[in-house]
Amino acid sequence: MTETVLEIDRVSKSFGDNKANDAISMTLGRGEIVALLGENGAGKTTLMSILFGHYVPDEGRIRIAGADLPPGKPRAAIHAGIGMVHQHFSLAPNLTVLENVMTGTETLWSWRSEAGRARAKLKSLAERFGLAVDPDARLGDLSVGEQQRVEILKALYNDARILILDEPTAVLTNLEAETLFATLKQMARQGLSLIFISHKLDEVMAAADRVVVLRGGKVVAERRAAATSKAELAELMVGHRVARPVREAHARGEAVLEAAAVSVRIDGVDRLKEVSFRLHAGEVLGIIGVSGNGQAALAGLLSGTLARSAGDILLYGAAIGDLSVAGTVAAGIGRIPEDRTREGAIGEMAVWENAVLERIDEPRFSRHGLVDRKAAVAFADAIVRDFDVRGGGPLTRTRLLSGGNMQKLILGRNLAERPRILIAAQPARGLDEGAVAAVHARILDARKAGTAVLLISEDLDEVIGLADRIQAIVGGRLSPPVSADEVDARALGLMMAGAWQKEAA
Amino acid sequence: MRFERREHRPLALIVLTPLLAVAAALALSGLLIAAAGAPVLEAYWRILVGAFGSRLSATETLTRATPLMLTGLAAAVAFRARVWNIGGEGQFYLGAIAVAAVGSQLLAGAPGYLSMPLLLLAGAVAGMILLIIPLWLRLRFSVDEVVTSLLLNFVAVLVVSMLIDGPLKDPLAFGWPQSQSVPDAAMLPKLMARSRLHWGFGIALVLAFVVHFVQSRTVFGLKSRAAGLSPEGAVFAGVPLARTLLFVACLSGGLAGLAGAVEVMGVKGYVTTDLSPGFGYSGIVVAMLAGLHPLGVVLAALFTATMFVGADGMSRALKIPTYIADVTVALSLITMLVAVFFAQYRIRR
Repeated sequence: MTETVLEIDRVSKSFGDNKANDAISMTLGRGEIVALLGENGAGKTTLMSILFGHYVPDEGRIRIAGADLPPGKPRAAIHAGIGMVHQHFSLAPNLTVLENVMTGTETLWSWRSEAGRARAKLKSLAERFGLAVDPDARLGDLSVGEQQRVEILKALYNDARILILDEPTAVLTNLEAETLFATLKQMARQGLSLIFISHKLDEVMAAADRVVVLRGGKVVAERRAAATSKAELAELMVGHRVARPVREAHARGEAVLEAAAVSVRIDGVDRLKEVSFRLHAGEVLGIIGVSGNGQAALAGLLSGTLARSAGDILLYGAAIGDLSVAGTVAAGIGRIPEDRTREGAIGEMAVWENAVLERIDEPRFSRHGLVDRKAAVAFADAIVRDFDVRGGGPLTRTRLLSGGNMQKLILGRNLAERPRILIAAQPARGLDEGAVAAVHARILDARKAGTAVLLISEDLDEVIGLADRIQAIVGGRLSPPVSADEVDARALGLMMAGAWQKEAA
Repeated sequence: MRFERREHRPLALIVLTPLLAVAAALALSGLLIAAAGAPVLEAYWRILVGAFGSRLSATETLTRATPLMLTGLAAAVAFRARVWNIGGEGQFYLGAIAVAAVGSQLLAGAPGYLSMPLLLLAGAVAGMILLIIPLWLRLRFSVDEVVTSLLLNFVAVLVVSMLIDGPLKDPLAFGWPQSQSVPDAAMLPKLMARSRLHWGFGIALVLAFVVHFVQSRTVFGLKSRAAGLSPEGAVFAGVPLARTLLFVACLSGGLAGLAGAVEVMGVKGYVTTDLSPGFGYSGIVVAMLAGLHPLGVVLAALFTATMFVGADGMSRALKIPTYIADVTVALSLITMLVAVFFAQYRIRR
């Protein structure tokens, strides 16, 4: 038995009537990686906020190496050796890496900067843990993965012995995530203790020694990673067995949307290069690829927010020039944007307003420039009911919905109109298992009803489960399509790496 | 101690917020009154008497509130759509000088039913143009309109100052820099005899209701709010961003220009560089006090006018400076900002 560095002892915390943490107890050993697994809203982030002193628990205690940690004092938590790597980095993009790391550690009352000493310390930490990064690079110029490294280095610079990572892979590509896990394991080997928060089963199995499962604010199980399985964890996390729905074979219809050698240029850079695809009614065409390879341009092009620079788009067999937002909506193209909080919905507006905004000029929702509020609210009400949006009604501010329910709203406002085409970019990203299953089921229902679905995703499981045909997007180019029944994860991995480009050359 | 965002704001809280803010501002300025050696409660009483104690003072307060309502609406409309129009003062002056120019040069002999609406329009258009410039700079080059619209205030006042000392100078004003007058036929009729209260008050009141209707019921209101809250979200939903913000700028700049037009046509008849005691800037305070609600603007403008007009009476009776009104209004903005914060967040220990 290794020495226990952290002990959480029956910690409870309520917000109003909502018991976010209910008598939670867990321990963390030296050199151990513990995954805190749970759905969105299970209480993971609340627990870690208590640990880091952001919240004061209603009951319970926290002990670090046997000594009580005073509640509600982030400074005490830092002093005790707790470091937190936030999901949304708390770094300043206009400062250099070194300046970011030093921020908050230097006293304001000293004439001399400690930059020299800090640089040496940063360098030795980077070497020791394999976190290579240029101390003089401006943070804003770094990739997300590198920025996360800086955030980790910052915690280590403050002499953290216990590192908490809040959904560290949410912003990373698959490759970056693997690098991160290797780093975490190295850190654990060197005696650091880590807790990482996640709702992704794959990474929990890949990285953790031990898994603590939270559900509804309670610890429902604790397992050694070696002695459990993804299936068991999924069941523990959700409380019942969830199976992601899988497509059934059925015949596809005619081609409804075609791209012929379409390019998109943004600020002088070709984001899409002569991409061609043919999307048929009643099929799901999966576009897989590591993020940043042109997915945003493809989604923007087909959602009507980006114009093409070359090539043709054919809608229902006829060339249509550029799509506009109004044109796509009117043509029966449903659109699910990649970033639901930035593009998909406006948080400060009511659910009903978000439900009808893209259709507000249609005569059923407005006449002579006046909003028919009753009709709009009724439309939103039907979506809330039919698509099982929980946590609010048509008049609720949309920001108050959870990610999954917001996604159901966005899905609902598209599918309620029985679109002939659905452009879905990362439709299940960041959702918990229950919500993923719901979103997938809806997409498959639409496919069955004859909707042509273009699914842009980084999640291999998702694409394999839903898509009939798959094309990979690499550096703005699309691979030729392959049938989903004829490929496995390995073949898809090669496609995402661009192996088809060498064959063509 | 820390702050958490309130997820549900009860209606009572929304209504109470400005009232508490004003009460706090009055209490704080009471300290200053006491420091000046005057009885605090009597000072407040004198302010009320000064603002509403006689028919003359009451109409004067309403006259003072008129341009404040319009500049307040201008700021509220713009801020709702996150167009940070700090240029109300410049738009006010351009609206005023447009009225003086068009009224004295082009429409000098026109009958009132023709010249009045045309002059109001001229004032509004002048204000619009002054706000379209910063908006265009923002849309085209991402220049912050807070800076540009603010700096254009000084440009506008200097242009006015040049015009009233040059081409538009009134030759009968004994050399004072003063514009030629709007013909009597184009002056807004008085709302009440033997007072300065004019039809501009009615216009401002009606416009407050019109703006409220536009914001709460029309497609344009919905789209402009979306554009302000989340440009990306609005674009994704097909809201034409540039066009929507351009309309907002026209509305906002037009209202501020109208304030200047109404002040010239209702009260002064001509333009000087002290036509506005900061109506454009006070409009921002009014809009904030009103929580950016158009009908709230009416009340906030009345409060501000009450303080300004009432402070004169208090000053005469108690021999303390009228600056106390400026202090109270300024304090009420600060307390309002604090109150809005507490209405949105709650304290947790």
